[in-house]
Amino acid sequence: MSLPVRVATLLVAFAAVVAVAIFIVIHYLLGGPPVADYTSMAQAGQVNVTMQTDAQTTVTDKPDWVTYFIKNPQTGHWDHTTLFKVPANTRVNVTILGFDGCTPLRNQFWGQVQGTIGGVEYVNGKPVSTLNSWAQCAVQHTFSIPGLGLSVPIASPTSLQANNNLCPTSPCTSGPHTVVTFSFRTPSRPGVFIWQCRIPCGLGYEYGFGGPMQTFGYMTGNMEVAA
Amino acid sequence: MTAASEPGRQAASAPGRPEPRHGLRIFLIWLVASAIADPLIWFLLGPHMPPGAMSGSAAHQQTTINVMALMSAPVLLFVLIYFGYALVVWRHREGDEGDGPPIHGNARISTIWIAATSVIVLALFGYGTVELIVPAGAGAGEGPTPIWKPSGGRPLQVQVIAQQWVFTYRYPQFGGVETPQLVLPEGQNVQFNVTSLDVIHSWWAYQLGVKADANPDVNNVAYTKPQQLGTFRVRCAELCGLWHGAMTNVGRVVTPAQFQSWATATETQLAAVTKNLPPYATTYDADAVAGLGKVLTQLGLNGAGGGFYPPEVPVQP
Repeated sequence: MSLPVRVATLLVAFAAVVAVAIFIVIHYLLGGPPVADYTSMAQAGQVNVTMQTDAQTTVTDKPDWVTYFIKNPQTGHWDHTTLFKVPANTRVNVTILGFDGCTPLRNQFWGQVQGTIGGVEYVNGKPVSTLNSWAQCAVQHTFSIPGLGLSVPIASPTSLQANNNLCPTSPCTSGPHTVVTFSFRTPSRPGVFIWQCRIPCGLGYEYGFGGPMQTFGYMTGNMEVAA
Repeated sequence: MTAASEPGRQAASAPGRPEPRHGLRIFLIWLVASAIADPLIWFLLGPHMPPGAMSGSAAHQQTTINVMALMSAPVLLFVLIYFGYALVVWRHREGDEGDGPPIHGNARISTIWIAATSVIVLALFGYGTVELIVPAGAGAGEGPTPIWKPSGGRPLQVQVIAQQWVFTYRYPQFGGVETPQLVLPEGQNVQFNVTSLDVIHSWWAYQLGVKADANPDVNNVAYTKPQQLGTFRVRCAELCGLWHGAMTNVGRVVTPAQFQSWATATETQLAAVTKNLPPYATTYDADAVAGLGKVLTQLGLNGAGGGFYPPEVPVQP
């Protein structure tokens, strides 16, 4: 092999290694869902966070995965993310538009609203403290922050007609859905709190807890509490 | 040929002087070192050895660890002293080209070696067996039909339900109430019935000295007896998914009166959700949770998303 060929081969190999390294850094380390930053939106010790649940994720290459979307407080657009940031020691008023259909809880204990202000959530404006997902089609997901003892069952549309005519394209803007609201206080210290859904809604995965249930941007994420 | 008669060995001792009794020297050094080390281990380190003495099973485990340390320290010291002695006394000297004395076939050394190791191993075997039986399984999961049970009346029943990624606790003697809080009374035997609703977990109450695998459709029974008031950390000890590392909680040991008060109040407070729970059972079949299929069937749905998933996707509860 001549010297120019050897040098060229070496350069190509080096470039390939650099390209792989750059791809890994960008794709895996710097990539990931965006953060919906609500810290500048707080007023009078309160901040409003809006999310929605969808039966599908047609904006990604995982169209059959259930997912959350969070409304970008700056643009008003729905971001495909499960990362959001709120200020410390603040009342967070959460609104979740539940566009997904029902899936019963595996553990009925999570049908109880826990850790919210007043111990209730409001489903379409009505206060509710417990949902029984085994008696009727009543729950689609939960919004649970274990580190705060917060767990809220997200009510689902209950009728057969509604469940069979769910919004087919995400993020949803119309279609059968519930409006679930609740409030909780963030701790006084900054930190990162994981949150998850406790409905085994990762259909097609063992015990329903694979896929979207264990992937950021779908059914689990972080709430960052900023100082 | 003895060591003293070897040309090489003669360099280790002064010319004309008899070879010292190395074995006796090593033994005496070892004896003094062990006599110092063992009391230090027992009295100084012992009280701080894990997992502490918060429960009967934890205290037994701590004692066992201390006994192991007590037994192994002289063995370790012997190895180190022999090594150090050899380095100092039998080190290579100028002009010393000879081999050491052959000890192969030395019946006395072989006998002492075999006897000593046999006594140590058999003694630890006997001690370990007793320590497994006396504290009723030593805080480990014994499966659904435990062999060793604590004496002294019916223990408090606490069901540990593992699920991704949290532990909840059910108290069948208090209306079957389920709660994320683990509260135990001091001085009373406790029977943990450990199971899982999904994948394999492992319930580990470190300071209580209790650790039991949490498997779906299996009731893994473990016993303990809290004997100190305070808090203890619970964690999952089996990699179980994305948030395995966050699958922790803090339990409390309180006085019997405080426990009664807490249990009664919790039963009342959670009555609304308790009535929605399935009847208390030692396991819950995740694939056949009562009502799940019924709800979906009633609605003509085949899973999450109100039928979004195609029929070929397996429906799971």
